[in-house]
Order: sequence, then C-alpha cells, then structure tokens
Amino acid sequence: MTLPEGTPEKLPGPAAPAERTWEAQPDQHPVSPTFDELTRQRAKEVIARYPVARSALLPLLHLVQSVEGYVSQDGIRFCAEQLELTTAEVSAVATFYTMYKRTPCGEHLVSVCTNTLCAALGGDAIYRSLTEALGGPDRPLGHEETAGEPGTPGSVTLEHAECLAACDLGPVLQVNYEYYDNQTPESAVALVEALRRGERPPPTRGAPLTDLRTVELELAGFTDDVTVAAAAVAGPSAAVESLRGTALAAERGWAAPALPDEPPALPPLPEK
Amino acid sequence: MTGTEITPDTLTPVLTRRWSEERSWTLETYERTGGYRALRTALAAHPDQLITLVKDSGLRGRGGAGFPTGMKWSFIPQGAEGPGAKPKYLVVNADEGEPGTCKDIPTMMADPHSLIEGCVITSYAIRANFCAIYVRGEALHPIRRVRAAVAEAYAKGYLGKDILGTGFDLDIVVHAGAGAYICGEETALLDSLEGRRGQPRLKPPFPATAGLYASPTVVNNVETIASVPFIVAGGSDWFRTMGSEKSPGPKIYSVSGHVERPGQYEAPMGITLRTLLELAGGMKDGIPLKFWTPGGSSTPMFTAEHLDVPLDFEGAAGAGSMLGTTAVQVFNETVSVPWAVMKWTEFYKHESCGKCTPCREGTYWLVQILERMVHGEGTAEDVETMLDVCDNILGRSFCALGDGATSPITSGIKYFRQEFLDLIAEQPAVARPAQLADVERAADTELSGAPA
Repeated sequence: MTLPEGTPEKLPGPAAPAERTWEAQPDQHPVSPTFDELTRQRAKEVIARYPVARSALLPLLHLVQSVEGYVSQDGIRFCAEQLELTTAEVSAVATFYTMYKRTPCGEHLVSVCTNTLCAALGGDAIYRSLTEALGGPDRPLGHEETAGEPGTPGSVTLEHAECLAACDLGPVLQVNYEYYDNQTPESAVALVEALRRGERPPPTRGAPLTDLRTVELELAGFTDDVTVAAAAVAGPSAAVESLRGTALAAERGWAAPALPDEPPALPPLPEK
Repeated sequence: MTGTEITPDTLTPVLTRRWSEERSWTLETYERTGGYRALRTALAAHPDQLITLVKDSGLRGRGGAGFPTGMKWSFIPQGAEGPGAKPKYLVVNADEGEPGTCKDIPTMMADPHSLIEGCVITSYAIRANFCAIYVRGEALHPIRRVRAAVAEAYAKGYLGKDILGTGFDLDIVVHAGAGAYICGEETALLDSLEGRRGQPRLKPPFPATAGLYASPTVVNNVETIASVPFIVAGGSDWFRTMGSEKSPGPKIYSVSGHVERPGQYEAPMGITLRTLLELAGGMKDGIPLKFWTPGGSSTPMFTAEHLDVPLDFEGAAGAGSMLGTTAVQVFNETVSVPWAVMKWTEFYKHESCGKCTPCREGTYWLVQILERMVHGEGTAEDVETMLDVCDNILGRSFCALGDGATSPITSGIKYFRQEFLDLIAEQPAVARPAQLADVERAADTELSGAPA
C-alpha cells in the first residue's frame, strides 16, 4: 500500500540523536547496612539449595522480612541483587503473596480465620472483638494495622486470614503462624492483651511463642540458636481432634486389614 | 486374591495410625513402627515395577482431582535421549488451603517420615534426584517437623548420596510458601517454586513433560505420597481390600463444623456422611443439618438428602458434586446459605490470581452482588445475574480456581433458591435513599445539562 506521503522507504531517515552523556550513578552497594554479612551468607546458602537460583526468591523475601520486620524497598533491592533480577521482577513477586508485608509489622502478627466455617463458629465475632480490643470501641483496628509502635515490644499487627487448614479445631487464630485452636472472643482478647503486656502465652500446638521476625527467619530455613531449634519439634504429636478417628477405632476394635509380615513380591517388569 | 470378599472395618487407620504414638514425628518412632522398611524393598526393585505396583493399587491423587497416581508417574519420559534425558523432579503439593481441608497439616506434624519415605520411593520410581516439598508458609510447625525429619533422614542415610548403598541419590528441599491459595494449583505452584508470582500455566504442556524448570515433573499431594510406603509394604491387593473398585484405599475424612466431635476420621473410600456423623457424635446440640460440602468449598454443596451418598470419586460425582479433598464441612440450620456463599465468594475473590478475566472480574462482581444482598439490598434479578456470571466463569477461566468459585453459588441456588428469593423479598426494594438520590441527580443533570 502506498501512503499519500509516499512509501516509508523513500522518507528521510530519523535524525541522529544528539549525543548525551549521563553521569554515573553512585554505587549502591551494599544495599543497606541492615543486611549484614550474616544475612548475605544466609542468602548464598538459600540459593545453593536449589538447582536454579531464582527458586530462592520466596525464601529470600522471608529472610529480608526477618531482618526488617517487613519487605522494604531495600529488601527488594537486596533480593534483586542476590539473584541478578530487576527490582521490578522482585516487587512483582513480593506484592503477590499475602505473607510479605509492605509496611512495618508489630512484634507479633495475629491472624484470625474468617473463612466461612470458622466465621460461622465464631471467627467473625473473634475478629471484631480483637479490632476493638486493640484499637478501641470508637476506632477499631483495621486489617493489617498495628497496635503500638511497629517493631517495639508488645506491638501487635492484626489481620483477617483465609482458611488456615485447621477446620476441625475452629475457630482458630494464629500468632506468628503458631496455632491457637478452639478460640472464643474472650480467649482471643485475653491472648492479645497478654501479648500487649509483653507476655507470650504458649500456642495449643507448636513451639513456644517467639516473635514474627524469628519466625520469618525459620521460614527462610534458619534458626538463630539451638534452643529455638530444639523447641521447633516440641509440642504434642497431634491435636486431640486430629486423633479422634484413631482413638475411636481403638475403642471399637476397628483396624485396617493387617499388613503382611514381609512385603509381597512386586509385580513383574512390564513388557516393553 | 482369594476370592473371598473381606469387609473392612468402618474406620481403617493407616496413614493416621502412628499419630497417637508418643513423639510420633521422630525417626526413632517411625522405624520402631515399621518405617523405612518399604524403602529397602523399593530400592531393591526396578523403578518400573514400582510404577506398575502403584498402577495396580488403583491409588488416585488425594489432592482433589483424583487422577490415577501410577499413570501420572508413567507419563514421565524416560531414556537416555530426547525428553527422557532431562533431569526429572518430584514436587509435593503441601499448600493445603482449600476451605475445609485440614488433613495434610496434621499428617506432616505427626508423621513427617511417612511423607519422606514416600518421596524417596516415588523419586526412585520416576528417576528424580531432586524433590521439593512446597508447604504453605502459614503451616509453620509442620514445616519445622518436616525439616527436622529431613535432617534425621539425611543423617541416617535415607537421603543424600548413595542411599542405603544402592547408588541412588536424592536431595529434598522443604520450601515455605508465602500465602497464596492459588499455589495449590499445580502449575501455579511450579511458577511459585521457580520464584515467580503464583499464576497457573497453560496446559498442555503438562508438568509430566514440562514442569519445574521445563523438565519432566510429578506433582503429588502429601496424602498421596504418604500412601506409597504402605502400598509397597502391603501390596496392591491389600490396598484394594479397602474402598471400591475405582476408588480403592483408605482416605482421611476431615469432619468440621457443627458436629459434636470434629476431627480426622480415616476410613475406606466410600463412607457416607450418615456414618461419619454417627462417628463424630452427631450434629452439635442436636440442631439439624442444613448443608455440607463433601470435599471443600470448591465442591458443590450437598444437603440432608445426600446423607447416604458414598463418598468416593464416583459416588460424589454421581450425586452432582466432587469428592475433592474429603473436607466435610457441616453446617446446621442456623447458618444462612446466602451468607455462607458470600463468605466463600469473598475468599475466591481475594485469592483469584488475576491472570484471567472471567475469574478476576467474575468473582469481583459476584462479591458485590452477594454483599449487597446480604446487607439488605438485593434485587429480584440478582439470582439470575449470579447464575449468568457463573456460567461465564465455569469452563472459561484459566484454571480450576475460577470453576471452583462458582460451585458454592450454583449449588447454593440449586438447593436453596427459595432462601435467596425470600431474603430479597423481605428487603424493602425502595428503601435505598442513597442510590435513589444518585439516580435522580443523574436524571436532572441529563435534562438541564448542568452538573449536579
């Protein structure tokens, strides 16, 4: 097709742009003194776990969150630098996942399940009580808001969460992802009031309560000291509710057909 | 087979049997109760024999879809050339998040070694030397227990280089997710594991040919993998003594909600809600049953009419729902169906990854309609509008999350249409001064041409 102005080939080419020079950006390394040599070493360890480095991004975001209490712009740059990604690529990932917080969090994160089943059993009432207990009846605390100065002892960030996969123990809530089962508005309010006072009531299942940053470090795959590591496997094997089926089977003398003493012969190799 | 039919007991704890042991999560307890013996049998066999064994057992995926596990394994290309030459991977889907589902977290907490033994056997069968267990980030204590178990297994030579002197190598990484329901979808999980936003991939290619790092990958649920050592130890005939021809084996039923004793009940596939309710002590405080889900919120709800539906893959599908994850959520007569449907839809809207328009926009608008209705401003057209929106999501969204989002709505309207209509009818249709003022203002502006 010929355009009225003539064919593109016949048009004069674009003028060469005037040459400009740009001043070199100051070197941004290290990203932030917050991410010290230990954190850098840990980042390398995380990356070494995977066949492809980028798989380390989710653990690295947990790692930077353990240092700063949230994923800051510095944290994003740190991850980008470790994995040779752009900050845009890292931001795209960090903003996708609920557990990466974009503003500073409290010492503790309280997550209340308000999905249908927990809500029907009292989860909505628990969440409402906590918004008022932490914020005041005239100014209830909002989703992902913090009571107290973020990061200081006794500060508590509140959020409503989707199904926490403990439905037989509902209504449930988590503090720093430790389970507190079979809650009521009263028990939940007593729990956050204790947290505000600097106490750490033990979870129903799981290890003794620490704080959000310690837990984020664990999610990245590290523990700071051996006592924490030992506590990590503490607690009951299972909740009473989880054992109801096996307990009832024992009571009524029910069992699966017995396994043979020796494994039976495997099927022959299929013919090719 | 002897030909004599054995009727198994009502409850058959297999996967849950160890849970009541003292310090059940330790290697010591696991080995004392027969653990890691199946591994020795498996590693002495040819990998293809294990694939045949699992095919013969009829084991079907426990993560919701029920795909035959042995068949999935056999899709992995093998051989020294072509696609078979690429590294193969095993990825365990432990991103348990379907509302109502709560079986994998207690499994990992109480018996992590059964999962690890299953991982080693499965990896050997599909010739994988790297396995990732993707656990949802909120499941902190299970992550600790699985990690501690992995460390124990390495120390004892069940993982690492030259496992038990057989020359087989396997490394396991326990990977913590970061809070996204969509990552339970297998291709979204793979993207997330590659350090990306957890959004589903177009299929085909399926993970069996192009999964993790575009290499052949098996993605299996925790309960599926944890079943494998028992199948090796007991054989396929033993496994088939429980359940039905097409849905064999034991299954963990997670009973929650308005029952006297909610909990985990492991029974042969095909148990009914009537039996489960009897085991769980009946309805809480005697308040009658209104509706329930057979396998999580993405499976269409059932009512008291369905007490005798056999809860296996065929039974649930035959009655118009799906078996899903056997997450039996029980609701009594005090619960409003439009409210429950609204809560579930809010969940799907929050968890929609945003990749495809039907799901992203559809769930957004469905929430608007339901919230308006529940807050007292429903209109006569709402029911039909919702069905129309659902019709435009189901089968047109990128992955099963969108399809699942329609299940509570369409099934809720199917069984409780009158409740929706009654809720709308009892709301004063004109008692909406704010909206009416808007409409009048708009009409004035149009006539006079002046801004309001």
